[in-house]
Amino acid sequence: MKKIAVSVTVNGRQREALIAPRMLLSDFVRQELELPGTHVGCEHGVCGSCNVIVDGKAVRSCLMFAVQAEGSQITTVEGFSADGELHPIQTAFWEEHGLQCGFCTPGMLASAKELLDANPDPTDDEIREAISGNLCRCTGYEFIINAIRSAAKTLRDTENKKTLQPA
Amino acid sequence: MKPAAFEYECPTDLKAALAFLDADTETRILAGGQSLVPMMNFRMATPERLIDINRLPDLDYVREEDGDIVIGALARHGDIKASELIAEHLPVVAEAYEWIAHAAVRNRGTLCGNLCHADPASEMPAVMQVLGARMVASRLSGSRQIAAEDFFLGTYETALEPDEMLTEVRIPKPEPNSSWGFEEVAMRKGDYAWCTVVVMLSVEDGKIRQPRIAVSGISDHAHRLGATEAGLEGRAPDTALLEELAQSAAQDADPIGTETANSEYRRDLLRVLMPRVLQAAIDRAGE
Repeated sequence: MKKIAVSVTVNGRQREALIAPRMLLSDFVRQELELPGTHVGCEHGVCGSCNVIVDGKAVRSCLMFAVQAEGSQITTVEGFSADGELHPIQTAFWEEHGLQCGFCTPGMLASAKELLDANPDPTDDEIREAISGNLCRCTGYEFIINAIRSAAKTLRDTENKKTLQPA
Repeated sequence: MKPAAFEYECPTDLKAALAFLDADTETRILAGGQSLVPMMNFRMATPERLIDINRLPDLDYVREEDGDIVIGALARHGDIKASELIAEHLPVVAEAYEWIAHAAVRNRGTLCGNLCHADPASEMPAVMQVLGARMVASRLSGSRQIAAEDFFLGTYETALEPDEMLTEVRIPKPEPNSSWGFEEVAMRKGDYAWCTVVVMLSVEDGKIRQPRIAVSGISDHAHRLGATEAGLEGRAPDTALLEELAQSAAQDADPIGTETANSEYRRDLLRVLMPRVLQAAIDRAGE
């Protein structure tokens, strides 16, 4: 089958490749772009481990063909931290024990980021709803909910400090 | 768990997309991909060619037109769920979306794609039938409308011809006095239903009028329950009546079974959920 040229921005960096149409976005980021932080669990859209952010929205990267991402802005877990500093959501997962084996974490982070970008002060029910499509077999979810609640507070406090600073 | 190879086309106008359907090559339309891609990953679907419609202009809409709420082929579940037009005119659709999939799936999945997939345990095929929706099937030579109850034929099977595409769904705005109910049981919130029961009805002068009731997860496709509707029409709402009708609907059903929810369990769900969903609609009508 004919290969197709695809050009996407991943974690702020322009990336180009010539790929088969059947290549899933999850395989594209892991194999072509060598960003293995995105985890592939069930590969049929049930577990949420492969969630990445495409144009601001969390999507299952195993249910999207990479050719469909042409022109898109993609954020994978590798794009969360900047200059070796963890993102506040990652820090909160660390501090609140929001992970044990860590397999589901990249997907959880994508779902959490989408939630907090749209809703800076979610209720616990809203957090549960946001991660209802992400399976975790270690934590029992409670610590993940604590982590997202804590991250929301940190992000709000940072935002408030910014607004209070004189221009 | 990798899809088989296929040819990929990404047309930028509808005519070009429809032209691809008019050929011998086994072709499938790719909209949100949230049902088709899993099927391809499992190789239960191995189309020779995919027509990606995501770059077609003017198909992503929810709008009011001639007394209908019209939903375009690229309207995503998430946008329909959040639509003010839907909240105002079709609260049963908004409620159903509380049960449908998860945020990341709703971000890409489309209503039209979901209907074309025709999963026997999918909620929207039942919802569209109680609402009296019409499916607009387009081909190069023109378009036709198919009533929702004639659209779903079996598991993954619809009335669409191979050269047709579902371009929009037209849902008549319910009468102002009409009421609704929706109940479901699934293994995990957002998963496919073990049993969904959805109803539209009105109550006039203490009598049930124009009841429409449909189920998903019970047989090979969502369908209306004609006998239950006939048993409700013109009757006064009464707990014993609802239970009696549920009992006989459950007896008449020949539910599908899976390893997580066998046939007898689904029959039981139908018997339990039906009075609940009818009572909710009746209570709402009194508000």
